[in-house]
Amino acid sequence: MALSLSGVILPKLMQQRAFSVSAAVAAIQKLTRVRVVDNSALGNAHHHRPPKVIHVYTKNGIGKVGDRVLLAIKGQKKKALIVGHKMPGARMTPRFDSNNVVLIEENGNPTGTRIKAPIPTHLRKMEGEYSKLLAIAQRFV
Amino acid sequence: MFLVHTPLSNMAACTSRVREMMGLLRILRHFPQNERLLSTSILRHAAASDGPPKFTPPTKPVIIDKTQKEASLRRFLSPEFIPPRQRTNPVKFSVERKDMIQRRKVLNIPEFYVGSILAVAMTDPHVNGNLNRFVGICIQRSGKGLGATFILRNVVDGQGVEICYELYNPRMRKIEVLKLEKRLDDNLMYLRDALPEYSSFNFDMQPVHYEITGDVPVSPLKVKMKPKPWSKRWERPKFNIKGIRFDLCLTLEMMEHAQKWAEPWRPYDMLKEYDTFSLEEQIFKEVQGKSQNVNSP
Repeated sequence: MALSLSGVILPKLMQQRAFSVSAAVAAIQKLTRVRVVDNSALGNAHHHRPPKVIHVYTKNGIGKVGDRVLLAIKGQKKKALIVGHKMPGARMTPRFDSNNVVLIEENGNPTGTRIKAPIPTHLRKMEGEYSKLLAIAQRFV
Repeated sequence: MFLVHTPLSNMAACTSRVREMMGLLRILRHFPQNERLLSTSILRHAAASDGPPKFTPPTKPVIIDKTQKEASLRRFLSPEFIPPRQRTNPVKFSVERKDMIQRRKVLNIPEFYVGSILAVAMTDPHVNGNLNRFVGICIQRSGKGLGATFILRNVVDGQGVEICYELYNPRMRKIEVLKLEKRLDDNLMYLRDALPEYSSFNFDMQPVHYEITGDVPVSPLKVKMKPKPWSKRWERPKFNIKGIRFDLCLTLEMMEHAQKWAEPWRPYDMLKEYDTFSLEEQIFKEVQGKSQNVNSP
């Protein structure tokens, strides 16, 4: 990943990396439009712009399933948890057709009362932190 | 009928009773349900008086499907057995094949194609009963050797879900074919851009019976697409897709414009030829010879 662009033979100067290149960023990052899958009023209220991610709470800016993000919905900031993304992940885990997100409070409690969309089962390993969220989930895949 | 146990000490009474029993046995041979009750004990007692016993093993039920001749059964070699044309040592492929055959003795991996509907159960520590079951249509089979994978797609609660399963992963518990069929293409990735009704399958679907002889049924289904833009430009000749109703979503000009990316020299490229006929024969014999414990569908 570090030294050469795919398929192109760089001159020696470029290979010393005078500039920084980030890896192909994928999954959920800043300015990703997401789909809120719980039944909270804020998530289901129709706005002229879709909810967008404005910050990802990880070391790199890439959000995978189980990471917290900050969304901009209806002109306000709200924290959320990623419950599924379009990027293929680990081999036996599900890949969803949309980037799904569940709205969350500061302490980790979900804002809505039900999650109709399927949730990946490997999210259960965060049982301690998001136990209430897993309890309101109706379907696991 | 009751079982008579004569004490071995009373040898004279034993032999006379044995003779009685043998007589009864001849009559009772007409009633097969009682023969098993009496035969073994009688033989034992007869042997006690006659000398060294001649060992006759009890009859084991052997299920042989005599209705089908072996020649008429469909020959299927799973595509992950055929090694790719590479510069790696063939020892790697033969060692992997040995491991794959060993795994197939434990887990029954049935014959399936892209377009078949499968139900897969895998162990999951995060599920109550330990088994996580998923039903879906196989949209792609890729990988060679032990890393062979297949992707199952389904629409669950209005959300499209795809899971890429590894065939030889120890977490796989059961692979069941609910409907065996082929489609017009061997890669159904375009189902992501097709209407969701073509990817929805009921989780409680019952297995549909399929023949183990003859050709696999090819479904002539042509799929209707969502409006463009799609994830890939499926109309382009590089994908060579036959299973989409292009006449409903594209104009003739768009189809002709797509033909600009045609590469008509491809079928004539000799460097890309890879004839696997003899390889397949040899690998098929190897797989059949060792995997006799696997139940055929």
